[in-house]
Amino acid sequence: MWPEPSHQNSELRKEMGQTVIEKIIQNHSEEEVKPDSIVWMGLDIRSARDFGGPNVVKNYEREFGDTPLADKRKTFFTFDLCVPACSLKYADNQQVCREFAKKMGVKVFDVDRGIGSHVLIEEGLAQAGLTVVGTDSHLNILGAVGCFGQGMGDVDITFAFRTGKTWFEVPETLKVVIKGGYDFPVSAKDLTLHILKELGTHKAALKAVEFYGEAVQNLSLSGRITLCSMVTEMAGIIGFVPDFGDSLRNEVERLSGSKFSPLRADEDSVYSEVLEIDISGISPQVAAPYSPDNVQDVSELKGVKIDTGFIGSCTNGRTEDLALAAQILKGRKIKEGVTLKVVPATKRVYEEILEKGILEDLFRSGAIISSPGCSGCADGHIGLTGRGEVQVSTGNRNFAGKQGKGETYLASPAVVAASCLAGQIVSPEDI
Amino acid sequence: MTESVFFGRIWILQDIKGRLIADIDTDQIYHNAFLHITDISQMGQYALGNLEDWKDFPQKVRPGDILVAGRNFGAGSSRQQAVDCFVSLKVGLILAPSFGAIYFRNAVNSGFPVLRCPQLDELVAKKILETGDEVRVNGQSGEGLNTSKEFPFQVEPMSPVQYDIHKAGSLFHYGKKAVG
Repeated sequence: MWPEPSHQNSELRKEMGQTVIEKIIQNHSEEEVKPDSIVWMGLDIRSARDFGGPNVVKNYEREFGDTPLADKRKTFFTFDLCVPACSLKYADNQQVCREFAKKMGVKVFDVDRGIGSHVLIEEGLAQAGLTVVGTDSHLNILGAVGCFGQGMGDVDITFAFRTGKTWFEVPETLKVVIKGGYDFPVSAKDLTLHILKELGTHKAALKAVEFYGEAVQNLSLSGRITLCSMVTEMAGIIGFVPDFGDSLRNEVERLSGSKFSPLRADEDSVYSEVLEIDISGISPQVAAPYSPDNVQDVSELKGVKIDTGFIGSCTNGRTEDLALAAQILKGRKIKEGVTLKVVPATKRVYEEILEKGILEDLFRSGAIISSPGCSGCADGHIGLTGRGEVQVSTGNRNFAGKQGKGETYLASPAVVAASCLAGQIVSPEDI
Repeated sequence: MTESVFFGRIWILQDIKGRLIADIDTDQIYHNAFLHITDISQMGQYALGNLEDWKDFPQKVRPGDILVAGRNFGAGSSRQQAVDCFVSLKVGLILAPSFGAIYFRNAVNSGFPVLRCPQLDELVAKKILETGDEVRVNGQSGEGLNTSKEFPFQVEPMSPVQYDIHKAGSLFHYGKKAVG
């Protein structure tokens, strides 16, 4: 069934430089890897969540019965959407996955662990150069650590569980060079929203993106996660930040307990396009309803009354994000009538904010601090909005109806914190 | 073997100005409130249930009908249900200028036909394609014909992988021989 490897251009292949995504796929395929070619690709890690996971189990049992998985040690469940289950239907679905996992000898990162993509990084499972798939469209967050993560549907994941392979159309690579820098109160989220505004859902569509420039090179892991997560909203396949300093290496190695040595693009690799984006002088950015690329300067939206704030999600749920919010909230009180929901990305983040006193600062300001998980992007877990409710969120999507029936504005942790103090959208500088 | 020639009545997902709606995301196609459902036959009733003015689509659509959508159709989440809801309704084909990457894969793997038609915005703007027209599309050659208006158009043919999976019925059928 697997197509015969085509060697006719293999010499040419060696002569031509390859981008990061081309190198990773090449290392996992017997076939010639070049943009637009469709190849069979080996998968190092395959995972499923509490959404999609039960469908995978159902597919698997229907199609493959009790036949063992390709490799149980490379297969995981990560529960992160409705955690712990808030209704019987999700409780049932999670139990379906647990029982399948037990039968197959697969590890489950259960409802206490937090967002699967982040857990995979923390556990050292998603490492630079590896291929990882799961039922999470933001799994391309793993690009932050040089890993090719890709969200897929339950048919794909079922097939991956059984075979350890998938077919993939090699994307072209877009090179984006960021010019200029930024200072507080501008953060990685504002940089990301500004890039999204520039690229829209057009320019990076179906492409891998490599981000270069001092501002992205200096991002911490948390900042790289923020940037890479929203490549999904740019309609891209995955984003990489190939340049980095020692502090990032130390951070990733300390967190994951494994060596960090990501692949770099060859000097002569071919890009579909090279774009420059100048971020000099940008102010905090806010995406207004109902599209993540509907991005404006915070000043243009100043005064929009809010009912709710949300700080968390796979985009902005790490310790550094919560610390930024706490820095603004410390010693102050959230405006009466406004609620602020804080959801750490993982149990490990929870532990860090506890140890560093960040949790206390958030709590004393009036915030609700929930157990770790995806929260508002999923049905049921903390954070849906009702009709007419206005929310300012650090999440990544504000499509109509995505996070309930209200209106969602996307912003940085600093803008959300400041806005919750003011009861309206403001810049942190206004506090 | 499944046919790769599609014939059916079209539904155009357009706004009040008549333009194709771009960036319809998976929550508009199949809302996350129904993600606990794993039985495909139950999914059809929620198709387009979160897209303004299209909530009655499941009642109006007939088996074999063709959906015509805007750029980046199926942006957003990885949920297979956003494809399976159309499988459930026996929709025959979805045409769009482009699809969300994961959405496109999910459709291919389910053996559900999706074809890219880069000129679609223009065809709809010029009313060469209108809701209710009947069209015939050959997924292998890329030839399209609006049989109601006798007007030909082109789509991008299926890639070999898409065609093979479609022909087999699904990724599972396609892969079974090799992996059992």
